[in-house]
This record gives sequence, C-alpha cells and structure tokens, in this order.
Amino acid sequence: MTRFVLGRIGFSTLIAVLLAFFTLPLLWLASAPLTSDPTYKVSVPDFTWENFQTILEHPYALPSLYNSLVLSVGTALVVVLLAALAAYALSRVHLPGRDVLLYVLLLLSSIITGTAAMVPLFQLAVDLQLIDSQFGLILILSGGLLPAAIFMLKDFMDATPKSYEESARVFGATPLQIVRHVVVPLVRPGLATIAVWSVANVWGNFLMPFLLLRDVEKQPAAVIMYTLYTEGGQANLRLLSTFGLLYSVPVVVMYLIVSKKYGFRFHGGIKR
Amino acid sequence: MAAIELRGLTKVYPGGVRALDALDLVIPDGEFFALLGPSGCGKTTLLRTIAGLETATGGSVVIGERDVTGVQPGGRDVAMVFQDYALFPHMDVTDNIAYPLRIKKVAKAARQAKAAEVGARLGLDHLMDRRPGQLSGGQQQRVALARVMATQAQAFLFDEPLSNLDARLRLEARTFLKKLQRELGVTTVFVTHDQAEALAMADRMAVMEAGHIRQIGTPAEVFQRPANTFVAAFIGSTPMNLLDGVVRGGTLEVAGCALPVPTSAQGLLADGEKIVYGVRPEYNAYASEPAEDALGGKVVIMENLGASHLVTLDVNDVLVQAIVPEGREPAIGEQGWAVPRRDRALVYRDGELVAG
Repeated sequence: MTRFVLGRIGFSTLIAVLLAFFTLPLLWLASAPLTSDPTYKVSVPDFTWENFQTILEHPYALPSLYNSLVLSVGTALVVVLLAALAAYALSRVHLPGRDVLLYVLLLLSSIITGTAAMVPLFQLAVDLQLIDSQFGLILILSGGLLPAAIFMLKDFMDATPKSYEESARVFGATPLQIVRHVVVPLVRPGLATIAVWSVANVWGNFLMPFLLLRDVEKQPAAVIMYTLYTEGGQANLRLLSTFGLLYSVPVVVMYLIVSKKYGFRFHGGIKR
Repeated sequence: MAAIELRGLTKVYPGGVRALDALDLVIPDGEFFALLGPSGCGKTTLLRTIAGLETATGGSVVIGERDVTGVQPGGRDVAMVFQDYALFPHMDVTDNIAYPLRIKKVAKAARQAKAAEVGARLGLDHLMDRRPGQLSGGQQQRVALARVMATQAQAFLFDEPLSNLDARLRLEARTFLKKLQRELGVTTVFVTHDQAEALAMADRMAVMEAGHIRQIGTPAEVFQRPANTFVAAFIGSTPMNLLDGVVRGGTLEVAGCALPVPTSAQGLLADGEKIVYGVRPEYNAYASEPAEDALGGKVVIMENLGASHLVTLDVNDVLVQAIVPEGREPAIGEQGWAVPRRDRALVYRDGELVAG
C-alpha cells in the first residue's frame, strides 16, 4: 500500500516537473509583454500596454505579420490544390513503381527546404529571377511541402470508397467534376489538415525567406523577429516578447477554428 | 428503354484471369434479368462491363441497337445502383437524387422538382433534407433507386441490391423492387448470389460459373430442368439429390434400388451407361409403407422447414432427401421410402442434362 502511494507521489511529481518545464516559457510569453521591464524570469506583470504601443510604431513589425500571412496562405493554397490533384491521381491510377516514387519524393523533400539545398536553391532562384519575390518564395516553399502533403492526402483518398466515384462516372460526370463534387467534399478534413500544416510550416520558416528575400519590407515575421535587438546588440526583451505573442496568436486561433470545424469525423454510415 | 445484347464478351484481367469468356446474351427490352452465381463467377464483372466501368478485352456490348463497347460509362445511358448504394454522404437526399440531373446541367429548380417527384413516388417525401447517414438501410436503398429513376436511363443495373438489408427487410424490398420494375418497364439487370432472390424476382436469369453462363431461362425452367449438375446443385433452397447410377435394361440402378427412367430421358439412354440421377426433395413423395419405384432407407435426420419437414434417408449408405408435409413426420430410425416423380426426375450424363 505504502509502495503504491509513494509510487503515485513520485509519478505525480515527475509529471509536475515536466509540465512546469513546458509551461514556464508559455507563462513568460503571456506575462513579459505586459511587464515594463521584462527579464528572463517569469514575473507578475505590471499590466502596461507600452510594449504593444512600441510594436505598433515599429516600421516593420505589423507589415511583417501581413507578409507572413501572404506567404503562408499563398503556400497553403498552392499545396492544397496541387497535392489534392496529385494525390487523387496517385491513389486511383496504378502506375508501376508508384510507391517507390512517393517514398523517394518524401525523402528528397526533407532535403529541399532544408539547409543542405541552400546554395543550389539560391542559385536557382537567381537564375529564374525569383529572388526577392514573394511569389517565387511561395513556389519554393510549396515545392518543399508538396511531397509530404501528397503522401498524407493519398492516405485520405485511399480511404474513400471507389463506388462514390464510379457512381458519379456512370451518371456521366467528368473526372474534374468527380473531384469537385465528390472527392473534395469527402476528403475535406484531410485538406484542412494539409492547409493548417502548410500554414504552420511557412509561418515558422526562417531560413528560406531570410535567404531569398532581400527587401526588409517583404520579410515575414519570423525574420523580423531576428532583428529585434537594442542598439547595444542585446536582445530587446520588451519587443521580442510582445512580438512573439502577436506572432503566435494567429496560428493558435487558426488551429482552434479548424479543429472545431473539421475535427476528424467522417460522414456516412454505410455498413461495409 | 432498350434491349441489351452482348456478343462474345470477354474480359481478361491483367495477370491472365479470364473473368468473362466469350459470353453471348440477349436481354430484351423491359425484361427483369438476374445474373446469378457463386462469388467470383464473374457476374459483377459482367454488370460492370455493361456499365462501362470495366473495359471489355473482346466482344461487344450493344444497348438499344447502339454499340457502346468503347463508350465511357456516362455516355451509355444506363444507371447503376451499387451494392453499398454509393449515396454521397455530404449531400442531402434531394441533392443525391438530383445529382444525375446536375451533371446533365438541368436548372436547379427543375432538378429539385424532379427529385421531389421521384422521392414522393418512393415514399421519401419526409426525408428529403436528411443526409444518407441519418437513414436506415431500407431508406438508403430507396434513395439509390430514386436516383437511378431520376436519370431516365435506357437500362438499370443493380449490383446485389438487397444484400445490405437485413433478412426481414430483404423480403419486403424484393416485392417492392419487382413491383417498381414492372411499373417502370425499364430493362433491368441485377446481380445476386442468392438463388431464392433470383427465382423470386427475375423474368429470366442466367446462372454463371467461372466466367461462363451455364444456363439461361425463366426461373421455372431453371428450377425444374437445370441444364447441368452445377445449376442443379446451385438452385433450390434445399439442394437437389444428385445420385450416381447405372442404366440396367429398362431401369436405372440408383443406390441399390431400381427406378424407372424419367420421362425426359426416355429412349435416350444406352444400357450399362453411368449416369447421375437428379430429383429435388420437393419432387420426392414420402411413403412410410414399402412403395414401388422408390428409394427405401432409414430416416436419419429431420429438419423443420416450417410448414413441412426435410427428411434425410440413408439408402444403402447414400443420403436421399424428401419433403414431408405437416402432420406426417416419421420418427428417426423408422423405415421410409422416397418416391421420385417420374415427370420431374432428371438424368445427367457427364454433368449435362439428358433430354430430348
């Protein structure tokens, strides 16, 4: 009995420590922006709005959040559209070596937007005159996300019964009509997942925009965050914490909305 | 409305499986036609080839005088009900029924009116704004039927239309489907593995085995005169007695008993020939007294069929079944005699029916 109680106490303590480890940074993020002189310690805030005031006046802070939005939503659109079509085709048409192709793509994709491909990508962007262009950046980011997106979506497509599409085919629907009327509504939770995943990925990407965008006015929030230093070269904790909070809020809100709306459920009710 | 004609239809799957082997079949306009067979016999492949969901390897499909062998499913003017009904789960009943019209670019108001009309005819009026997931199996089936009716296609194809319903509902749906087909008069082909379903619903039927049609005929013909032992064994809720025998003079020696040659095989048998004697339990009269031209043995099993019993006799180590009406059931272990009806018994030589 005592052993059991001691065990429970030990287990709870361990969980509490782990929890504190992950909660402290979040607490800091919540309290520091409201504190007039934040340090690395979590302290009770004195509820000043001064830091927000400063951020609003910062020339690049708010525009950079807008840039992040453009880049992430643009990439999500490209990725969802192309991945949906590709995954549908790969799921329904039998190609020799299809699975190998998918795995190779998946493997390569982790290299593409990674550090390893920095130089060639930069070179490519220069040659294609896509340097310092948000559109070009969207294409490159999409390229990096597509293989994994196709891989995930193909699973969703594989799970939808073929008879829905065959039924539509017998009624005379064209392949594009089938995708629009039948397949897309059926895999909507999958599409939402891919969209959220793409947005979150681009939102947090520092390296690619840092490399490929020159103009500071085009830079997304992840890059601008890096510039928030005092004249002395010290991290400006007041600005950093406030900007950090503003930077994380949209992603959390998006996640909550999508999860509430599409949380994984499947329509239907056919016995099979 | 249109007739369906298949000429030398062949389907070979990659890997060499011959699902259909040079099938010839004519289904006249307005007929309710059943494709019956055990699973894997090619009946669903045949239906899907008529629909255009499978491409024929050889031969042709003609619907209403038009060769549609190379035509896409949507251009064949047929409508299909799938085994799982394939109702779109994200659309309500109205949209599901109206979907074929949406593809044909019918205006929204017109197609909703048509959906309401067809839905009302099938008793779905109060369910029109439900999703398929909120309907019972029987209701889902009626929505699927309403959807094919809305297409006004030349022919309907049903893939195991009743197999997803529970037993009680299946009988109701059977009657309903037959009545509906009669009223609409649309050529309808349906696939089933349930011989009772095929016998009950079809005007004519084809019994298939391993890509071949083993017999085509009306349910009565197929039940009374199966063309071969495969069909004989497959059709009937109680299996036909198929007993090895030898021709001896003017009689047949079956399970150690002497039986007269059945009417249908009269004068067609040579002395000493090995044959298979077939008689349905329904056509075996049961006698508890010694009888002429009968298979006599000991009662070993009694099975209650409701209004009658299925008696199994052990006739010199061969099992023979007969039907006994209510109130005349023998006890197990008693002696009994099965007297085949001479005009219903059949003789098979090398698996094929011997008949004039």
